Amino acid sequence: MTFFAFIGALEQGFVYGIMVLGVYLTFRVLDFPDLTVDGSLPLGAAVSAVAITHGVNPFLSLFLAMAAGFLAGAVTGILNTKLKILHLLASILTMIALYSINIRIMDGPNVSLLGTDTVLDTWMRMGLPSHLAAPTCFAAMAVLVVGLLIWFLYTELGQTLLATGDNRQMIVAQGVDTHKVIIFGVGLSNALVAFAGALIAQNQGAADVGMGVGTIVAGLASVIVGETVFGAGSVPRAVVAAVLGSVLYRMAIALALGLKIGDFAFSPSDLNLITAALVVFAMAAPALKKRFMR
Amino acid sequence: MIELAGVTKYFHRGSVNQVLALDNVSLSVSDGDFITVIGSNGAGKSTLLSCVAGSFLPDNGTITLDGVDITAWPEHRRAAHLGRVFQDPLLGTCASLSIEQNLALALRRGTTRGLGKGVTDEDRGYFRREVHKIGLGLEKRLADRIGLLSGGQRQALTLLMATLVRPKVLLLDEHTAALDPKTANAILLLTEHIVTEQKLTTLMVTHNMNQALKLGNRIIMLHQGTVILDIGGEEKRKLKVTDLLAQFYAVKGEEFSSDKMLLT
Repeated sequence: MTFFAFIGALEQGFVYGIMVLGVYLTFRVLDFPDLTVDGSLPLGAAVSAVAITHGVNPFLSLFLAMAAGFLAGAVTGILNTKLKILHLLASILTMIALYSINIRIMDGPNVSLLGTDTVLDTWMRMGLPSHLAAPTCFAAMAVLVVGLLIWFLYTELGQTLLATGDNRQMIVAQGVDTHKVIIFGVGLSNALVAFAGALIAQNQGAADVGMGVGTIVAGLASVIVGETVFGAGSVPRAVVAAVLGSVLYRMAIALALGLKIGDFAFSPSDLNLITAALVVFAMAAPALKKRFMR
Repeated sequence: MIELAGVTKYFHRGSVNQVLALDNVSLSVSDGDFITVIGSNGAGKSTLLSCVAGSFLPDNGTITLDGVDITAWPEHRRAAHLGRVFQDPLLGTCASLSIEQNLALALRRGTTRGLGKGVTDEDRGYFRREVHKIGLGLEKRLADRIGLLSGGQRQALTLLMATLVRPKVLLLDEHTAALDPKTANAILLLTEHIVTEQKLTTLMVTHNMNQALKLGNRIIMLHQGTVILDIGGEEKRKLKVTDLLAQFYAVKGEEFSSDKMLLT
């Protein structure tokens, strides 16, 4: 792996790490497999890009993206709780609806941000070399989100989220409306995913309706890789592991793409296959361990 | 205190599996009543408790709590006034959270949960004193995950959680049935202690006739969704298992004499 591939993997690892925190929140905390993220990542990108091209401050556009992501997640939550649609299906419905919505927002399949001021430009003005601006900026943002998420999960509301995912009957008996908790939790998760989407769009200079494909798989892969490598014994540990898992995952992808065996080399289109194999391996690891390491 | 009037509940209504779980049940529970509920399998004991707790809406009838009609209230809203302990010791606590976190969730029952600290230092002091009272030595392990504890320990904590905020009614659904006899007895003593100390209005479902006779000031027997016996006061104190059986057969005839569950 070249130095630039390494830097690139770090950059991707941290920015997608924020998305992974969203996936961790639904998948692990709420026990709610949520595929909305494939739609809310480009939603965040679209909202941020359109806002910026309309003259909105790039930092402010991040908050607009988060608000949009929150709404998307809340819709999935409402479909699941109030309309009794299976969580997986509810999230798929929101996801495909978002495809149309994203094109409406952008008034086309993509929006270019070339020549506009972004969050990264502000960061770069602080005197960093351009190839280090994105990784450091995203690392700082990821650290900030990690801190906020850990703090949140120890608040009354955060504890309620954890309890809802762990034991629904128990938390209902403590007077909590789990419908509200799920709607809020899935909303919060997708706000984080949309936030990541907005940063990605600002970094790559465009928002594209297709950029969300495979988000959930990458998210799951990162969460699982993180847990397997760094452990998930406590909440802070699991949260940090999720982000580090994202970095490891991007490293693994970069390594695979740089691999050359004779005439054979992976192409970027093999990414999905590699990811799927990685997730299968990580998820099967405990069972395989049991079978072969007695 | 709590009043059920003509409560009827069918399960799988309109299908071939239709079951009449509660058949026009009317029950008036006075303040401070400790009622034990007995009956054979499928008599509707647990359904009666779930109905009060709001796990489902009855098909007919009303439930009032302190004069307020709560029939249409969802489970979580009623929970603000109810303490519940389930048969399954794993159901009352969150395995992945610590003892103090579980207790804090219970301490805030009926309040809106915001961004304040989940467990405050003040809470910890209070929990240490309360957990010390149940005498299992768990006050030294407040930060341990509840999943590490035994079923009996978890059930004792569930009982504490159910009464940490004084409930208007305490609902115990065969809460000792899944425990070994020694632990079950300890939980039962603890139940008696807490109920007496806080003068709680209690509904306790049990399979065990001796238990039902020993505890409480009133006993009701359910059969096929109806209350077939309701004995309180002095008469209940003198009641023996043989009397109960005799009463049971007198009311229902001998068709159930093979019901071994009632003999335990």
